Amino acid sequence: MTQAEIKLCSLLLQEHFGEIVEKIGVHLIRTGSQPLRVIAHDTGTSLDQVKKALCVLVQHNLVSYQVHKRGVVEYEAQCSRVLRMLRYPRYIYTTKTLYSDTGELIVEELLLNGKLTMSAVVKKVADRLTETMEDGKTMDYAEVSNTFVRLADTHFVQRCPSVPTTENSDPGPPPPAPTLVINEKDMYLVPKLSLIGKGKRRRSSDEDAAGEPKAKRPKYTTDNKEPIPDDGIYWQANLDRFHQHFRDQAIVSAVANRMDQTSSEIVRTMLRMSEITTSSSAPFTQPLSSNELEFVGKSGDSGGGMYVINLHKALASLATATLESVVQERFGSRCARIFRLVLQKKHIEQKQVEDFAMIPAKEAKDMLYKMLSENFMSLQEIPKTPDHAPSRTFYLYTVNILSAARMLLHRCYKSIANLIERRQFETKENKRLLEKSQRVEAIIASMQATGAEEAQLQEIEEMITAPERQQLETLKRNVNKLDASEIQVDETIFLLESYIECTMKRQ
Amino acid sequence: MAGNKGRGRAAYTFNIEAVGFSKGEKLPDVVLKPPPLFPDTDYKPVPLKTGEGEEYMLALKQELRETMKRMPYFIETPEERQDIERYSKRYMKVYKEEWIPDWRRLPREMMPRNKCKKAGPKPKKAKDAGKGTPLTNTEDVLKKMEELEKRGDGEKSDEENEEKEGSKEKSKEGDDDDDDDAAEQEEYDEEEQEEENDYINSYFEDGDDFGADSDDNMDE
Repeated sequence: MTQAEIKLCSLLLQEHFGEIVEKIGVHLIRTGSQPLRVIAHDTGTSLDQVKKALCVLVQHNLVSYQVHKRGVVEYEAQCSRVLRMLRYPRYIYTTKTLYSDTGELIVEELLLNGKLTMSAVVKKVADRLTETMEDGKTMDYAEVSNTFVRLADTHFVQRCPSVPTTENSDPGPPPPAPTLVINEKDMYLVPKLSLIGKGKRRRSSDEDAAGEPKAKRPKYTTDNKEPIPDDGIYWQANLDRFHQHFRDQAIVSAVANRMDQTSSEIVRTMLRMSEITTSSSAPFTQPLSSNELEFVGKSGDSGGGMYVINLHKALASLATATLESVVQERFGSRCARIFRLVLQKKHIEQKQVEDFAMIPAKEAKDMLYKMLSENFMSLQEIPKTPDHAPSRTFYLYTVNILSAARMLLHRCYKSIANLIERRQFETKENKRLLEKSQRVEAIIASMQATGAEEAQLQEIEEMITAPERQQLETLKRNVNKLDASEIQVDETIFLLESYIECTMKRQ
Repeated sequence: MAGNKGRGRAAYTFNIEAVGFSKGEKLPDVVLKPPPLFPDTDYKPVPLKTGEGEEYMLALKQELRETMKRMPYFIETPEERQDIERYSKRYMKVYKEEWIPDWRRLPREMMPRNKCKKAGPKPKKAKDAGKGTPLTNTEDVLKKMEELEKRGDGEKSDEENEEKEGSKEKSKEGDDDDDDDAAEQEEYDEEEQEEENDYINSYFEDGDDFGADSDDNMDE
């Protein structure tokens, strides 16, 4: 894992799970697979805390374990899965567009909790939906279950590998760790549950805004009494399926941009028909019959013509377009012209660049070197003589898309890490002010709950002066900008990662 | 290929014209320091995309961040003391649910190790066990006594027994979180007792209340 990726993982883990989990997680990413005691020893944390942190990480599918010989259990972190945390808002929003609020909340709960049983998910979502509905109305479990089943059918949620049910003929001691297995066929099989019930509205005395301080937390044990019918069957969000959807979206919009709306509709239909039948990383979709397009190649004549969408080519051209636009925005449109020229000609000499691009020699030279130094381009040496004398060698400029994409991806990781750090810095700088405004809000809310007068509320609000309000506004604007940038850089990351993955599979 | 480095001017090994500099022209200065941290860019970045989708995702992101902090998965580091006790702190206490992982799916070593296994993943049972204590306590105490005897520490006094009972009751009333503390406390207990055995047990003549009340004596 590159340093930039490790840094980004560390920032993400810290924001979402706290410093202890971050320390353990980063240690595992850096050093690979390790047993429990070694982790505790190397990070200098107590065994209990390491256990807690590992439980959390395993629950969220960020760390997996394996039993090695002599009963030692080793834990391994999945760095790429940690990086997916950046994409959570996108997953949730996509589900909202496809399955409306119910689906959105289901996926959100699954992502927030790592894995859950179906009954737990249905209950939580129903409760949440009931909160937002008007008084007196409640959300029925059945509707939530239906949406859940639809999500499972389209493979957006999948079952987690489960503990194999062993018959108790095994007399020896239980293994130190269960080996979880999953049957391919069962992955999307929804258990037959008859979930009857309605969402419950949270009593308002549970809210924090109420007057009394809560000295003792009520214990969360009420639900453990009833046996859960689908105990042990956990579900998680199927990120690969989401990625497939994003990829299809990107291709469809690319086609719509280059050609017209109808062509994009055709491509969309083709992709949709093959959604479930193709695995997420196949380079070609299953052959179907339709009309001809750029990314579509003909793969046979049966049934009036079988056509295939060349996914690899589509991703490659998307990645190339990304590179081109980066060059354009960083170095100017002349540079972009040179870049496209080199892409087109594959290998080209400096002299020829000046001629073809119609740019004066000095400028062309300058730009080529700038791009070379930033690793968008590379040089290919072709010696004329066996002694490789520099004066008698051809130097050809070329663009290697794969390595340029990798370089850009690395830069993206660094960018996001910078964005997150800056956001944390801004928040920390204004921490005092933020806390003050939170306190004022809390006081106002509590006063409103106990019925205070307008004048008193006004007085409390004036505790925050106008320049302070201004500062808060600016802070909010900046933080929003930084957050939005993170989300959008993540889109580029997704494109580049898909392209790199697809290309590596082919080789 | 030892070039004539010492004599006269350095000669280039390649045709300087090929790289684009004409002969005799001043080459650009050698840069002796790392590039600036925030370099000026000639081109300003493209403005961000805005739209319904983007705004919704932004709101989602910020909401998720806040929600994650309140989930039981967020393990907090113990905070330093606030300088002033604030009135509004009472209203901002966050209600965190307990989370108990499914132990069947995790390796056995993950479970918090307690001397009294009943205070493990079932807090309710622990409460009941806590009430009918004496038997379990004596068993564990006996176990401890054997252990300590093996280490050759001599006899245990009633005071130490009471200390252990006191701390055990407290530990049994706790949740999972407290169990970890109890484990730590019990570890402390052992250390404390070993150290205290250096002195005659009647050295502290505070009577039976010593040690049974507060656990603060455990911390050094």
